[in-house]
Amino acid sequence: MIPAAFEYHRPDSISAALAILQDHGDDARVLAGGHSLIPMMKLRMADIPHLVDLQDVADLRGISVQDGTVSIGAMTTQAELIASADIAKAAPILHEAALQIADPQVRYMGTVGGNIANGDPGNDLPGLMQCLDATFTLAGPDGSRDVAAREFYEAAYMTAREDDEILTRVSFAGTDAGYAYEKQKRKIGDYATAAAAVLLKKDGDKVSSASVAMTNLSDVPVFSKAAGAALVGTACDADAVKAAVAAMLDDIDPNEDNRGPVAFKRHVAGVILGRAIARAWSRS
Amino acid sequence: MKDEVTRDERVANLKGMGCARKRVEDARFTQGKGNYIDDINLPGMLHGDFVRSPYAHARVKSINIDAAMALPGVVAVLTAKDLEPLSLHWMPTLAGDKQMVLADGKVLFQGQEVAFVVAKDRYIAADAVELVEVEYEELPVIVDPFKSLQSDVVLREDLEPGADGAHGPRKHPNHIFLWEVGDKSATEAVLDEADVVAEEMVYYHRTHPCPLEPCGSVASMDKVNGKLTLYGTFQAPHVVRTVASLLSGIEEHNIRVVSPDIGGGFGNKVGVYPGYVCSIVASIVTGVPVKWIEDRMDNLMSTAFARDYHMHGKISATKEGKITGLWCHTTADHGAFDACADPTKYPAGFMSICTGSYDIPVAYLGVDGVYTNKAPGGVAYRCSFRVTEAAYFIERMIEVLAIELNMDAAELRRINFIKKEQFPYNSALGWEYDSGDYHTAWDKALEAVDYKGLRAEQTERLEAFKRGETRKLMGIGLTFFTEIVGAGPVKNCDILGMGMFDSCEIRIHPTGSAIARLGTISQGQGHATTFAQILASEIGIPADSITIEEGDTDTAPYGLGTYGSRSTPVAGAATALAGRKIRAKAQMIAAYLLEVHDDDVEFDVDRFVVKGAPERFKTMKEIAYASYNQAIPGVEPGLEAVSYYDPPNMTYPFGAYICVMDVDVDTGTADIRQFYALDDCGTRINPMVIEGQVHGGLTEALAIAMGQEIAYDEMGNHKTSTLMDFFIPTAWETPHYTTDHTVTPSPHHPIGAKGVGESPNVGGVPAFSNAVHDAFRPFGLRQSHMPHDHWRIWKIANGLGLHD
Ligand SMILES: Cc1cc2nc3c(=O)[nH]c(=O)nc-3n(C[C@H](O)[C@H](O)[C@H](O)COP(=O)(O)OP(=O)(O)OC[C@H]3O[C@@H](n4cnc5c(N)ncnc54)[C@H](O)[C@@H]3O)c2cc1C
Repeated sequence: MIPAAFEYHRPDSISAALAILQDHGDDARVLAGGHSLIPMMKLRMADIPHLVDLQDVADLRGISVQDGTVSIGAMTTQAELIASADIAKAAPILHEAALQIADPQVRYMGTVGGNIANGDPGNDLPGLMQCLDATFTLAGPDGSRDVAAREFYEAAYMTAREDDEILTRVSFAGTDAGYAYEKQKRKIGDYATAAAAVLLKKDGDKVSSASVAMTNLSDVPVFSKAAGAALVGTACDADAVKAAVAAMLDDIDPNEDNRGPVAFKRHVAGVILGRAIARAWSRS
Repeated sequence: MKDEVTRDERVANLKGMGCARKRVEDARFTQGKGNYIDDINLPGMLHGDFVRSPYAHARVKSINIDAAMALPGVVAVLTAKDLEPLSLHWMPTLAGDKQMVLADGKVLFQGQEVAFVVAKDRYIAADAVELVEVEYEELPVIVDPFKSLQSDVVLREDLEPGADGAHGPRKHPNHIFLWEVGDKSATEAVLDEADVVAEEMVYYHRTHPCPLEPCGSVASMDKVNGKLTLYGTFQAPHVVRTVASLLSGIEEHNIRVVSPDIGGGFGNKVGVYPGYVCSIVASIVTGVPVKWIEDRMDNLMSTAFARDYHMHGKISATKEGKITGLWCHTTADHGAFDACADPTKYPAGFMSICTGSYDIPVAYLGVDGVYTNKAPGGVAYRCSFRVTEAAYFIERMIEVLAIELNMDAAELRRINFIKKEQFPYNSALGWEYDSGDYHTAWDKALEAVDYKGLRAEQTERLEAFKRGETRKLMGIGLTFFTEIVGAGPVKNCDILGMGMFDSCEIRIHPTGSAIARLGTISQGQGHATTFAQILASEIGIPADSITIEEGDTDTAPYGLGTYGSRSTPVAGAATALAGRKIRAKAQMIAAYLLEVHDDDVEFDVDRFVVKGAPERFKTMKEIAYASYNQAIPGVEPGLEAVSYYDPPNMTYPFGAYICVMDVDVDTGTADIRQFYALDDCGTRINPMVIEGQVHGGLTEALAIAMGQEIAYDEMGNHKTSTLMDFFIPTAWETPHYTTDHTVTPSPHHPIGAKGVGESPNVGGVPAFSNAVHDAFRPFGLRQSHMPHDHWRIWKIANGLGLHD
């Protein structure tokens, strides 16, 4: 558990960070909270000759809510998310989910940007961002571009981000939809056995819109359009939930690991989604 | 002289036995002022790291160290070839087997030590490990002990196939021993005739003690004066000194072994590991100190695991539930080498305590030890040797028998308990239980939790479940355990020929304070606190004025170390007896000072008083001073004593634990809503320390029962080598525990104490596991193996059709 040697860089602006990435190409990687990257380096599963620490880049920090749009700087820590009254108000699902990431120690260091850019299917924020239909802003040598969260993830650890780009912000529309982030894990500090993010809007006694995303049940987060569609127009009754769960099960593709075999994970995914829908509905 | 203080105040001032004295160690530990092995840094010290095998079974074709040696800062790379001339490429294990220090021709488990890199700093060492090129040829892997005994793949090619092992004949090249106790034919005859027989295979899975601080050592060979100093994470420093002397040929007086503060042991730090040997050899070769510190993965993959017992049981009873016989055959998976840390004559430890707390007239136990491609070990993880396995086995068999008899498991236990008046009780498998009052403890426990009320609630919940109103089942886990601790009488307990006595040496200083040194070593048990309390009560000097020192073989008297809850039963007894020697001499001095006959003074709390004239006395403080400054006829100056204690018997702590949990049949999660633990450890030295030990042991039991395991895949790949997958509970997962006690002193121990540090692990595991089983009993569950993590609980429900 001793990493290989590396050079440590600590730029204070996005442009300076980008310049270092340009200089070293494949050999450089940005460091945010380090709580995914450093363990990989210690296990020698990642060998990174140039580490570019982003903690002095002020432009990457801060949470703002303007005209209903929530914007979160990539270097905002998960603990800061939890502490933010703006987030609790504009996107309570994010507050609820952040409380279920890892443990307090990890959350003091781990960042929103790192969690999202990492590309680990176990991370909780990617699925949540897909549920919220968030937009990721990437800064690169040729300027800035936006990518939809639902388009960002390609395979485990493979995203639409180029090696020389930095994720700077995530933004999404604040929402007063009924919400729930339901996660089953083996212990505090564990990634999900199965997790579900659900947003539901109610019109009269019917579901008017629904968004469903699942975590750690495939090599990428799973936005299940079909599961959402199965709920819209229903009274969120048992049959509707059953249909949504069936649709979701068609979209996921979990692997066996120490958390359990595939049949178990699929079963739990269904139970967790059912619970998330029930809680979101009760809050809508 | 007028005494201003009352007698009660004098007693309180001593902080002796029975006092909830705060742990004196804690101020240091909670402020980061401990001195652990990795805190030891000597001038010029080098750092070692291992090249480890990625394969579970492979031939080592070649090792090329050139690239590693070329890395600046690398001083040496040791392989088996380098150790062979010193005969140190293999080492004896505590169980009479031998173990490779560095791979000699082949590797037998993933993570096995292949080469030892020595470099100027820890980082260079880790880089150099990557540069050592090892060519392997993979061999067929065996991870299942049953298959191992059928296989024609020979794991241990170093052993003559037909030759006897350390414990008698071997029936297969992968077989280590068969150990048998009890009367097999009589037991089988009883089973044949019995009204009712319950039979079950009970597997206690492989796990690991995983102390917070992993293992490590710093060896420093002084070539000028020929002295070797070895610092390390040793639960038995004196034994390490003797073994180091035998292995290295360095005379024992030239070896000093020091155990600094130890960050938890739980059995993991009893054995001798390749890292210790390599640090010593590397220091001898380089002439400077060499440090070796494991990381978490090294620890979980290579240093001693625990359990891995497949226990096939049969228990018979009359229709009324009176047990008539117990039969057990265990297949013990020892991994690649038999490196169990058991007393020599007990290759399966004290597994023969498996008749538990019950009066079972006839019994048989057979244990087959088997080699597989897994890490060696088999240590007592927070228990006396194999006592957790035994307790789990009998407490599961009782539950299965209760199902067979369609009886309440609490009542079944009650009618089979050994009765108070039967003590000392001779068990069918040869132990003499010293004392117990099981019925009283059991009744107290059942009443405390309102057992009847719990069963009524469980029935209601079950009905609600059947009506579809809930998806949770309630389980009540019962356990009554009897431990056997305090190894042990020298006549039948030794390790590598060293009898398992222990020792204490006391020096009283002229001003009336004292230092006591013991042959044991605390790893968190709080010896500095409790042993001072024993002494305070024995010699009348306040505990706060007594320093307890352990762990330095140059100063401490010889002892066999701390594990198996032996410190209080053995070293605690030595402490009391050494204290009594001090007191005897103090009596003579007091009598001289008071100008009366020795028999005319008596001890009273902190002084000797003239019988019938309590105003005439000498305090221990005065006596201590006098012992150094008065010429007393016939009495040597000074006030010192040493005692080596060979216990006449083991001690048998016991307890009643009850766990109540709600199990979610859909997700497999379990909520523990109540845990009641009644412990009887005889005389209680410090109730607060006992409670702390019980909390810690229960939490480890929770881990083991509910998720913690060392798992391998079919290829022998280790699947749980980090704390992401190896379960250590945090405050979040840990339930509230209610503790309680009864007191049944040990009749043969000088202060009646029995040992408690391990009871909660011994009794806790079956309590948690029985609760899970009990939840599913109405649906026909008999046995499902631990750990009861989410998916395995889900699998039970699934198998019983609860998801249909
Ligand atoms: C014990 C433990 C338990 C955990 N449990 C959970 C959990 O339950 N749920 C969960 O979601 N996570 C969990 N995590 C992960 C944790 O949330 C990490 O903090 C997070 O995954 C990564 O964030 P970071 O800031 O630490 O990123 P880093 O580790 O610094 O970086 C991660 C990766 O993202 C890249 N990166 C970081 N920031 C940027 C950026 N702005 N632009 C481009 N690339 C970037 C890095 O180059 C690196 O490849 C756990 C971690 C630990 C150690």
